[in-house]
Amino acid sequence: MKAIALKIPFRPIALGLVVLLFSGVLLERAQAGGGHFFPPVTDPLVREECGSCHLAYAPSMLPKSSWTRMMGELKNHFGDDASVDAAKTERITRYLNANAADSGGQRNGGKLLRGVSMENAPLRITELPRWVSEHRKISTAEWKSKKVGSKANCVACHVDAERGYYDE
Amino acid sequence: MPTKTTTTLLLAALLLPLGSSAASRDELLGQYALSARAASPAFSGFSAARGEKLHVTKFAGGKAETPACTSCHADSPLSAGRTPAGKSIDALAVSLTPTRYTDPAKVEKWFKRNCHDVLGRECTPLEKGDWLSYMISQ
Ligand code: HEC
Ligand code: HEC
Ligand code: HEC
Repeated sequence: MKAIALKIPFRPIALGLVVLLFSGVLLERAQAGGGHFFPPVTDPLVREECGSCHLAYAPSMLPKSSWTRMMGELKNHFGDDASVDAAKTERITRYLNANAADSGGQRNGGKLLRGVSMENAPLRITELPRWVSEHRKISTAEWKSKKVGSKANCVACHVDAERGYYDE
Repeated sequence: MPTKTTTTLLLAALLLPLGSSAASRDELLGQYALSARAASPAFSGFSAARGEKLHVTKFAGGKAETPACTSCHADSPLSAGRTPAGKSIDALAVSLTPTRYTDPAKVEKWFKRNCHDVLGRECTPLEKGDWLSYMISQ
């Protein structure tokens, strides 16, 4: 009996089970959007034009009204000139709106936008009440640290933000 | 014989993209040279040394938080830089980032934005050519 029990490769089986469970969890999150996943920008043009100065923010974090307003004022974009030609502006606007928080099927963004009127067109993700409450424990010193520098620097803390994950 | 042909083809395939990116940089430099000469008949070519000076000098005309090109791009063109919002920027030296300065529209877009941020005005064709020569030499 003893000899037989020893021959069963428990370790690989256990490992396999853990991997299976884990990928199941990840998949579930990706599909059902369990709080941490915001589909990242996949369009190369949007990545290029909206992802050089900062992370190309997930379109599902703001409603259509916000993207439309922002795309109309790119010449003065938080003090920067982020403008591009008219054809590109139109293509980018279309992409952002098609994937916006209120475009349907984007439940995550909906979560981040709880308590925000979709018509209000907020320009900052970092000023949404829900975002502020998720980050209330972070000290001013931490925001100002060399590693972070700005609230808009999501990647400093969320190392997988480029891939859409916002767990720590 | 077939091996030799294959090798030649492979070599050609490898060299072609290199050749064309160098060509598009040369073309851009050529255009800046034309404009620089038109602006000043005394123009006698670009200088990487002047380009380096432009790159590291602190100016007062632009935004307070970005007095120099090196405020975002690292002190050395061989190092990666960082924007105020924390995004990392690949090294500017062509030797390290071979895709640099191969898309004229991209180059012009960033000269426009960045010169405004740093100097509070557009850069002249002379300044652009000098700066580009510096980065190509690195
Ligand atoms: C030339 C640089 C530049 C480009 C290009 C740029 N941005 Fe920005 N963006 C900024 C700066 C600077 C801020 C303010 C960051 C801060 O507060 O630290 C900002 C902030 C933002 C914010 C708000 C972040 C927050 O605090 O919640 C959003 C959303 C945004 N940008 C979207 C875009 C989109 C969409 C594009 C493409 C059309 C774009 N940006 C292109 C420089 C840029
Ligand atoms: C200084 C570090 C820091 C920065 C910068 C930062 N975050 Fe966070 N974020 C945190 C921490 C800590 C939490 C809380 C995690 C927890 O409680 O599980 C959090 C939570 C979140 C959550 C909730 C995740 C969940 O578990 O549901 C989201 C979404 C999020 N952040 C998005 C962002 C975005 C978008 C940015 C950039 C605009 C950003 N964060 C910038 C540290 C940061
Ligand atoms: C506010 C931050 C900032 C400052 C200051 C800055 N740059 Fe840049 N620069 C960027 C960013 C962001 C990019 C785009 C990202 C990339 O190309 O890797 C860029 C790209 C460029 C490019 C295009 C590179 C290419 O591959 O085509 C040129 C040219 C350039 N910068 C020149 C300058 C010059 C000249 C100065 C000083 C007068 C300067 N920059 C200052 C942020 C800055």
